[in-house]
Amino acid sequence: MGHYVLRRVLQMIPVFFGATLLIFLMVYSLPGDPIAAMFGDKAADPAQVASLRHKYYLDQPLWKQYLHYMNNIFHLDFGTSFTGRPVSEIMADAFPVTIRLALVAFFFEIFVGLPLGLIAGLYRGSVADTLVLVLTLIVISIPVFVLGYIAQTIFAINLGWVTATVQDSEDITQLILPGLVLASLSLAYVARLTRTSIGENLRADYMRTAVAKGLPRHTIIGRHLLRNSLIPVVTFLGTDLGALMGGAIVTEGIFNIAGVGNVLYKAINQKEGPTVVGIVTVLVLVYLVASLVVDLLYAVLDPRIRYA
Amino acid sequence: MPAGTRVRWAVVSATSVALVATGCGSGGGSGGGSSDASKTFTYQSSEPQNPLQPANANEVGGGRIVQNLFKGLADYDPTSGKLRMQVADSIDTSDAQTYNVTLKSGWTFHDGTPVTAQSFVNAWNWAANVGNNQINSSWFGDIEGYKDVHPENGSPTTDKMSGLTVQDDTHFTIKLYNKVSYFPYKLGYVAFSPLPEGFFKDPAGYGQKPVGNGPYQFVSWDHNSQVVTKTFANYQGVDKPKNGGVVFKMYTTSEAAYADLQSNNLDVMDQVPPSALANYKNDLGDRAVDAPQGAIQNVGFTLYQPEWQPANTAKVRQGLSMAIDRDTITQTVLQGSRKSATAWVAEGVEGYKSGTCGDYCTYNPDKAKQLIQEGGGVPGNAIKITYNADGGHKEWVDAVCNSIRQVTGVNCSGDPKTDFKTARAAITGHQINGLFRTGWVQDYPLNANFLADVYRTGAASNDTGYSSPEFDKLSTEADQAASIQDTATGYQKAEEQLALDMPAIPLWYYRTNSGYSTNVQNVTFDSFGNPAWTQVEVKG
Repeated sequence: MGHYVLRRVLQMIPVFFGATLLIFLMVYSLPGDPIAAMFGDKAADPAQVASLRHKYYLDQPLWKQYLHYMNNIFHLDFGTSFTGRPVSEIMADAFPVTIRLALVAFFFEIFVGLPLGLIAGLYRGSVADTLVLVLTLIVISIPVFVLGYIAQTIFAINLGWVTATVQDSEDITQLILPGLVLASLSLAYVARLTRTSIGENLRADYMRTAVAKGLPRHTIIGRHLLRNSLIPVVTFLGTDLGALMGGAIVTEGIFNIAGVGNVLYKAINQKEGPTVVGIVTVLVLVYLVASLVVDLLYAVLDPRIRYA
Repeated sequence: MPAGTRVRWAVVSATSVALVATGCGSGGGSGGGSSDASKTFTYQSSEPQNPLQPANANEVGGGRIVQNLFKGLADYDPTSGKLRMQVADSIDTSDAQTYNVTLKSGWTFHDGTPVTAQSFVNAWNWAANVGNNQINSSWFGDIEGYKDVHPENGSPTTDKMSGLTVQDDTHFTIKLYNKVSYFPYKLGYVAFSPLPEGFFKDPAGYGQKPVGNGPYQFVSWDHNSQVVTKTFANYQGVDKPKNGGVVFKMYTTSEAAYADLQSNNLDVMDQVPPSALANYKNDLGDRAVDAPQGAIQNVGFTLYQPEWQPANTAKVRQGLSMAIDRDTITQTVLQGSRKSATAWVAEGVEGYKSGTCGDYCTYNPDKAKQLIQEGGGVPGNAIKITYNADGGHKEWVDAVCNSIRQVTGVNCSGDPKTDFKTARAAITGHQINGLFRTGWVQDYPLNANFLADVYRTGAASNDTGYSSPEFDKLSTEADQAASIQDTATGYQKAEEQLALDMPAIPLWYYRTNSGYSTNVQNVTFDSFGNPAWTQVEVKG
């Protein structure tokens, strides 16, 4: 087990280098000149552009820029944005906001999505099952920005239960509505995945054995059925956590949350290399860690899986 | 100023913006309840893209904050758009080339140090220096000695411009390379603000925590969330704040800001989102604002390409202009958020003269066809209008093309570029064919800004490559005029030349479509699209 984890962690090192290089190349190949764009429609003064290019190290060949960047990283310097703020500070601001939002969304996925799927799976063909299927179908087919605006209009502007946008991202109650909107799609997937998985495992041999042994119903469902059915759901949730972190641009925009998605979107627009590379690299690491945790959870859920 | 970039809806998408400003407020207060001068109000803003240094703020996010924290020699009256003295007591000249500046006494920076002639001269020398990387450094290009601190190549040979001479604490002179009769208008731009002595020891630190001399002083900058300011008690300007401060709340979408405005979590908006244009007057009632703005949308021609160079192609360009049904497009596609243009200078600007474009900007299908034929037809009978796809331009570009296609049979289509910077690179790199979207937002409310900076031969923002000896001659004459009035009249003559050559088709003027919450009153907007900050009253 320890060896396995160590190996996986060591594998992250080449992935880290590969990811930074790839992202660096991608930012570099984005069309347009970030320095000229600072001047808007007004023609950029050539002498000033040259001086700014030098300041941001953009007058060097690409490989030198990359080496310069990596060298700084080893000194724990992620570079500075065009506003003169250190990128590490920008990330330290944005990530906690997004993590809070992602956790709220994650909470809904687990504590609403799973039970819905469990009920639907246990009582296939019942009214409850049909209801869950119809509801999740609706959620899946409506784009998240439509849901977001509808929720905002109804709950904030018409009913006034919540503020229209997030005024203080440290106040969890304000994150409930955006969290629910963000979670909606994955929540529907989790419910449907759980339902199918439960349905299949209900017919498994070990279930018949468990019933024949006369185990109490909650033990059968909790320990045998649910635990075995959770494997595909956990896989989905693991990768989804990564998606929630970086992919919340739409939701963050609607509710004006200054999270990673928004900061990244703006940085890409401005072609602000250091910010983009820094944030995306951290996101890649989040994915890697999440998938490692998922793999380890398999062993917990399924006794047949052991990591040597 | 150039129009800008991403965050804002449209055109002008954003860059610069300067000073507090000008003309033409409307909107007005709803009712006159009692107000509390100690209360702050919130304003829809966007995260500044550069440090908060006066000569580094050329986009709206940073520009609006900086113009409230700093105050230069002069600014523009928000109602009339006229130049108004602030720190300067007078700016005199006898030859339009040497200006004598006298300062009022009593002005101080927010840190208590006095504002002197030296504060201005040091600030300008610092900002003009190429090594200090200020985006608006070229604004100082008129001043003698600029080329020494800002050489085209290499390092500056000195750090002082020879054209600036300090006599004493309240007097200094500015000597220019050439005669520029409207130079005082430029001085209203925020780049010409003074800087306190402490700034020069730590420019980067002051860029994060600016210390100015404006009506509001800096309190805090919570990045991507808000910039908080409060009223500066010792402010000496003519526009004493009637509120306790402005809180600039950062929004990434105007939809989110509009939702906040409707639920009173935001007090004053920048622009309502396009999705709300149809309804905002119903939603907000008398709190809706619809005011003119000193900005224009044009379609420029690539006059540097051989097919547009023959003299009679001007007729083709005039014909294309007449084939565009501006009134219908502004009312339908743009939902009344623009006003059809009749000249190359925006409404409400000093020297604006309606109808300079004359018949050529009036929809007339028969005449349009006739002119295009007389001019030898459109090269290849097809045109493409290049625009940036991230600015909300697609709808009107398609509408303009439809109009042209229906009237003239010319195969017109839009040529979207991914985003603003890509489109700009293509335009300035001369990598487009035919037509392109262009726009101009005033740097200062004088017609010279819309003309000299865009259409003079070799002007920095002359993207069309237009070069007319006649236009150049008339504008040079106007620059040497004895008074601002004469300058404006002189430029009106130069503008007439544009109607003959049609280097760019004027489409429409921008408008401020905005609104405010029930917490505030007396909200009026100037021609820069900014609220008259200090006049906003917060209800008690």
